[in-house]
Amino acid sequence: MSTSETEYLKGKASEDYEHGFYTDIESEKAPKGLDEDIVRYISRKKDEPEWLLDWRLKAYRYFDQLLESGHYPDWAHLDYERPDFQNMRYFAAPKGKAEYDNLDEVPDEILETFERLGIPLEEQKALTGVAVDAVMDSVSVATTFKEKLKEKGVIFKSFGEAAKDHPEIVREHLGSVVPYTDNLYAALNSAVFSDGSFVYVPEGVTCPMELSTYFRMNEQGTGQFERTLIVAEPGAYVSYLEGCTAPMRQEHQLHAAVVELIAHEDSEIKYSTIQNWYPGDEEGQGGVYNLVTKRGICKGDNSKISWTQLETGSAVTQKYPSVILAGDNSVGEFYSVAFTKGHQQADTGTKMQHIGKNTNSTIISKGISADVADNSYRGLVKVGKNADNARNFSQCDSMLLGPNCGAHTYPYIESNSPTAQIEHEATTSKVGDDQMFYCHQRGLGEEEALKLIVNGFCQEVLQELPMEFAVEAKELLDIELEGSVG
Amino acid sequence: MALLEVENLHVGVEDEDDLDILKGVDLTLDTGQLHALMGPNGSGKSTLAAVLAGREEYEVLDGEIRYDGEDLLKLEPEERAEEGIFLAFQYPVELPGVSMTNFLKEAVNSVREARGQDELSSAEFLQQLRERADMMGLDADLTKRSVNEGFSGGEKKRNEIFQLAMLEPRLAILDETDSGLDIDALQNVSDGVNKLRSDDRGFLVITHYERILQYIVPDRVHVMLDGKIVRSGGKELARQLEDHGYEWVREEAAAAAA
Repeated sequence: MSTSETEYLKGKASEDYEHGFYTDIESEKAPKGLDEDIVRYISRKKDEPEWLLDWRLKAYRYFDQLLESGHYPDWAHLDYERPDFQNMRYFAAPKGKAEYDNLDEVPDEILETFERLGIPLEEQKALTGVAVDAVMDSVSVATTFKEKLKEKGVIFKSFGEAAKDHPEIVREHLGSVVPYTDNLYAALNSAVFSDGSFVYVPEGVTCPMELSTYFRMNEQGTGQFERTLIVAEPGAYVSYLEGCTAPMRQEHQLHAAVVELIAHEDSEIKYSTIQNWYPGDEEGQGGVYNLVTKRGICKGDNSKISWTQLETGSAVTQKYPSVILAGDNSVGEFYSVAFTKGHQQADTGTKMQHIGKNTNSTIISKGISADVADNSYRGLVKVGKNADNARNFSQCDSMLLGPNCGAHTYPYIESNSPTAQIEHEATTSKVGDDQMFYCHQRGLGEEEALKLIVNGFCQEVLQELPMEFAVEAKELLDIELEGSVG
Repeated sequence: MALLEVENLHVGVEDEDDLDILKGVDLTLDTGQLHALMGPNGSGKSTLAAVLAGREEYEVLDGEIRYDGEDLLKLEPEERAEEGIFLAFQYPVELPGVSMTNFLKEAVNSVREARGQDELSSAEFLQQLRERADMMGLDADLTKRSVNEGFSGGEKKRNEIFQLAMLEPRLAILDETDSGLDIDALQNVSDGVNKLRSDDRGFLVITHYERILQYIVPDRVHVMLDGKIVRSGGKELARQLEDHGYEWVREEAAAAAA
């Protein structure tokens, strides 16, 4: 069971708002708007150390400057209204009250979805916010899990906890890959981030399990501005999974996360995402603005960072999970499937920055659009002058599922080394009548055929996902496609 | 009994008013029989195959097709497949990233469901897959690859017959399955077809060479010229065509029409 399931199901659940799934839970909220006092308020609520508040305040001031001078990162192939930062709330305390007393109260449709995804009963309780009693399995699962990690010396905590318990590690790495000066949304996140995850894998340790926020259930209610920091010491290995969704709301919601990965010598970090934030309704009303900054640095020689993402949600997505290949022989990978339908827009891709010698990067991007959606790949491969023998292979394929959607590819290549080898391949295809007919002739209906063909198209990327995530990803794609036939 | 009855079938291409491809085809195929449909390029053989399978670009202008006594034309392509019509494609289509195993499992279970049979479990399916691949002389490794992707010409054709074996149709239409095959591959494919012949299955084998009919002996041979079946006969007709070409049939047909 992974977070994405958690989040995805919460998303499915949220579709039933009109049936009264959502109850206005008792929460402590900050007033709308953003100023230094709000930043202080957040920091105080989270009982943070002084240095962290100072850092937040610096970030806030920088954010304010950018805002004043109109520095919006709006160069992407996206068309949306700029968020009104003063009309948002930046803090709501995690809810303490369970939404349901037992599973019987949860609407049937939600339970059917669980059934379909094969979620165990106890996990279902956790996902729907059913009151958790002390002996339930998932708690013991979480406990066993924590024991195992502790044995290996792996630290896996909420960001807030980590800042208190391990200030030296957090302080050293926070903002070291994505400084708050990076862009407007990174600055905003740094100022107001609510919580997030922190992972530290000590030298020579292979993390004994896939880490996902599901196992950190005691940290519910992380907000729209989460922050993730993962540090892999020399020779360490960790695979981290994240999934996201947001409840259905009429207005647009801003999600501005920051993820920083640091891979030391001979270490490897694998980061997988399934993003299924609420995409808005059929008319394009509502939906999440998913404006995220994700970056990793291969700091040591022979280190490796691999990003895999399945992006199916959000009204607007702008994210470029990137790798700075600083160490010699380091490896960066980016595998992406972005599926847009309805009025969704996505501008996503990666930056591979080759600095060390013999560095190697691979980019496989699959974009699928349906209805009137727009889908862009944007990627930069940059080779520094000392990056001898750098290699990159990029493959960007787009698939169109109708006459009114769009696919765009913006590859940027900057090579300052005569020894670099850079390859780029791009294709755009429509699901062919021939392919559909071939499937029909074998007894497959419209929807089954389309699911097969699209899943096949994404196969290269989906196979990079950890096993249980891949199954879920396929199921999610299938569900997305169900509305796209015709 | 008649498995397939084609009567006075006229077919054109959508959006092209005055271009009739089939101009009154009559054909009856009984179950358990194997008929060869021969004729030069462009005579309309593959069009007939496509219309039988339900390809949308073709428009039936007149006539009717009954399959098992029912109107075939009102069925969608996938419904026809479920009812037991199988087309071995002249140009099998590649489905990148879709594994043969996955594709066939979906297909087999889809037709089984329509035929009121239970879904095969993964184990049962895989066993059947291996057995039939073996029976058809198909390299088992091909079943692990994406559908037709990177297959050689011969592998693609063999794969079509393998799928035929998996889907167990009642009417199998082979559209120039022999074209582009070398002699070994031809023999191999023919062996496969012969193994699949049975009393409750009909075959329509489309070809313009007599060669394949040396391995697959037909019960009837039909000659199509310019959108019509102009002559039908026993297996010796194929031999005559091989020896003398299509010209004499054409002349005879012209004389008969005059």
